[in-house]
Amino acid sequence: MFSFAVRRTLQVVPLLLIVSLLVFTLIHAAPGGPLSLYLDNPNVRPQDIERLRRQMGLDQPLAAQYVAWLRAFVAGDWGYSYADGRPVMDRLLERVPATLQLVGISTLIAVILALVVGLVSSVRRGFDRAATIGAVAGISLPVFWLGLVLQLVFANALGWLPSSGRSSFAGTGALDRVAHLVLPVAVLAVAHAAAWSRYLRSSMRLALREPFITGARSRGVSERRIVMRHALRNALLPFVTVVLLDASMMTSGAVVTESVFAWPGVGGLFTEALARRDYTVLMAFLMCGSVAVAVLNLVADIVVHALDPRTRDEP
Amino acid sequence: MIAIPRAGHRAAVVAAIALVVLIVVAALAPYVAPYGVDVIDLAHRRAAPSAQHWFGTDELGRDLLTRVLFGARVSLAIGLISAALSGTIGVAIGAVAGYVGGTTDAVLMRGTDAMLSVPRLPLLMIAAAVLAPGVPLLIVLVGAAGWMETARVVRADVQSTKTRDFVVAARALGGAAPRVMLRHVLPGVVPTAAVSMTLAIGRGILLESALSFFGVGVQPPAASWGNMLYQAQTTMSSEPWLALFPGAFIFGTVLCCNMLGDAQSSTRATAA
Repeated sequence: MFSFAVRRTLQVVPLLLIVSLLVFTLIHAAPGGPLSLYLDNPNVRPQDIERLRRQMGLDQPLAAQYVAWLRAFVAGDWGYSYADGRPVMDRLLERVPATLQLVGISTLIAVILALVVGLVSSVRRGFDRAATIGAVAGISLPVFWLGLVLQLVFANALGWLPSSGRSSFAGTGALDRVAHLVLPVAVLAVAHAAAWSRYLRSSMRLALREPFITGARSRGVSERRIVMRHALRNALLPFVTVVLLDASMMTSGAVVTESVFAWPGVGGLFTEALARRDYTVLMAFLMCGSVAVAVLNLVADIVVHALDPRTRDEP
Repeated sequence: MIAIPRAGHRAAVVAAIALVVLIVVAALAPYVAPYGVDVIDLAHRRAAPSAQHWFGTDELGRDLLTRVLFGARVSLAIGLISAALSGTIGVAIGAVAGYVGGTTDAVLMRGTDAMLSVPRLPLLMIAAAVLAPGVPLLIVLVGAAGWMETARVVRADVQSTKTRDFVVAARALGGAAPRVMLRHVLPGVVPTAAVSMTLAIGRGILLESALSFFGVGVQPPAASWGNMLYQAQTTMSSEPWLALFPGAFIFGTVLCCNMLGDAQSSTRATAA
């Protein structure tokens, strides 16, 4: 068990090296490199650009730049934002709580929804047809459009809910904050609940076909107990894995949702940085996102390995 | 391979017909659209949907239905071609990894894992912002970001096909690896690849629309469903139709692709 965790953790290192190389290459593929924004700015003199270039080490060979950047990144020196000159790490960290709140609540609601819908549709045929249509529709919805439509209906037309932001003004009550959460959480939860409920349904179906279910039935175990204790326990493990593996999708979803609802989280910071071509922020975001996804995948693997004896290959 | 749909798959047939109709109408857009794509009619700016303008008009008085039809050409082209591209890359990588195995497999799959752990949309948004792509490059970017799922399922399929008796026999008879792969292994992978490519069409359309929605995808004056939404965003409360119709077309098209993919995979599951 322990050796598996160590081996699996060591695999993450080369993976992250590939990712870092990809991110670095991408930013430096810009015509004019990371300073391209200044090239078009008439207020910035060529000699200033030259000075900046030397200061930031952009006159070094690419390989040397990569090594220097990676070393600094690992040490926690993520550079300064081009937009306001503040350290990138500070800018990212101050946005993290808002994103964790949004993503955390959405994930929780999506998991509960998916559990209920997936479970019921694996045992009730009539409900299953409706749930299938609903789930395929949920997966197909463009997240940003759903956000726009909900804003249009609930904020503009009906006026029930605020259309954007995290609170009406600083220091408002809990009710106001909850009201601001409703629409973004709904948007982020819908797509995931749809995908996950389909997944739970199919793994429940597989579990219900196993011989031990027939065995339990013939022993006279109640149907309710068979579904809840015997089948669900088996189906839950792949479900948990998929939820953890979908972290990458959550990142993309958060970027879109936060931007549509002006939610002051990391995803919102990303779209702001994108509009200003703030490359240091973009690089740090992509690296942190990839590290988070890789770590969650790692956790998923280790959890499954610890809980399910069938996945262990040792004698 | 092409399943004859049963009662349960009526929805998939409807989806297929809807997609074909949309593709034909988009291809014939210059002939079937009620107005010219760039015809500006300042007398009828921001008009709500009516008998003359079914979907209303935008801030320059351009007919929205016409623009949605022309936008369909760009959005569908990006979805279809990028899916073909990512399917080809995915099948190639998955087949080689699964068939050759060993170090080659390990290297290819670690690369696939690495690509999968980078959040896809932000990665594409940065790439699009950096490269400022036209439509052809945009297709390449969306295709290059979507091959990983196909590679994984194809690899798994090839690994199991490889151990079947007919493949072992072909190899024992001295068949060269490329020939065994093309004649004996790959035909068995077609259904899996087809499902994964159908789903990739919808995903490609969603990605294009998201990129354009953030202003880094298809650039105006060209119309795509995504950049129509981008432009509609600011005037949404006064002219909601500008946001509703293009978005509904994205939703409908992606829905059709997903229903087709769903039906294909469940047909296969019951046949097996």
